[in-house]
Amino acid sequence: MELNDFIENFADQFDETDISEIQPDTEFHELDEWSSLTAMGIIAMVKTQYGKAITGKEIRGCSTVEDLFNLVAGK
Amino acid sequence: MDTFNPFSLVGKTVLVTGASSGIGRGIAVACSRMGATVVINGRNRQRLQETFVSLAEGRHQMAVADLNDQTAVRDLVETLPLLQGIVHCAGIGQRVLCKQLTETDLDVVMNTNFKSPVMLQTEILRQKKVAKAASVVFVSSIAAESPTIGNSMYSASKSALTAYANCLAVELAFRLIRVNCIMPAMVWTDLILKGGITEEDLREDEKKYPLKRYGTPEDIANLAIYLLSDASSWMTGSNIKISGGVYKLG
Repeated sequence: MELNDFIENFADQFDETDISEIQPDTEFHELDEWSSLTAMGIIAMVKTQYGKAITGKEIRGCSTVEDLFNLVAGK
Repeated sequence: MDTFNPFSLVGKTVLVTGASSGIGRGIAVACSRMGATVVINGRNRQRLQETFVSLAEGRHQMAVADLNDQTAVRDLVETLPLLQGIVHCAGIGQRVLCKQLTETDLDVVMNTNFKSPVMLQTEILRQKKVAKAASVVFVSSIAAESPTIGNSMYSASKSALTAYANCLAVELAFRLIRVNCIMPAMVWTDLILKGGITEEDLREDEKKYPLKRYGTPEDIANLAIYLLSDASSWMTGSNIKISGGVYKLG
């Protein structure tokens, strides 16, 4: 899996956030739009796009978008 | 002096499904008269055209598509502008006794009244066509909580739709998008004249309503205007009965 594709899929879960704000080193928990709802969207996206299961707890353990990418890539 | 009008829809673009007849047509026309730009959807081009020519002046759009066809839904949503209002009105009625239901009947009613509006709404969200602080209205029915003979599939489909809409309200609240249901009792449209009930029966039933008549599409349209306008900014997750005073059907 590609980091850029992952970032695109990740950014697609947001409605109000400017996509350019989302970079590999973005600390996504700090985004205004980040919430438990977005986390649910990410879990579902990872499942449909990559066929992998991640949990809310694992997401909470990640800080940047790249951390999250590494989590999914390592599954 | 400025005219006080909290119900204006000027500057809003509103999608109305099921706009080729009945309540949908009434809502589309009323929205256009309140200043909205309207995108009307229906399956039948000729009947949709009849609605289109009834709209007040404006840059309205016609979108012929069968909402049961997922490819058509995706194509339809691609043509949509950013929406400040959505009215899910497409629906059908069918009266069959429980012991005589067929799987085909059930699929047709559930697909049209429940699955299609849900999947359309999903596609609209996926393609990010809903503006912040928009208003989404589902035309459900008092039948969702009022059992009558032969109406099981219709009642169940509208119950499902209402429950879905209430969850959607919770999910979209963070973008100030509001989601409400209109639950009409009997309204004079082609829908209620199907399934073996005669107009004569209905005229008799209508007399039992406290306000002595069934509703008209215009009655329902006025509530839709309220829900689409900024007058209802603090209203979401509501299921509003509009019934001429009856608590339950038949």
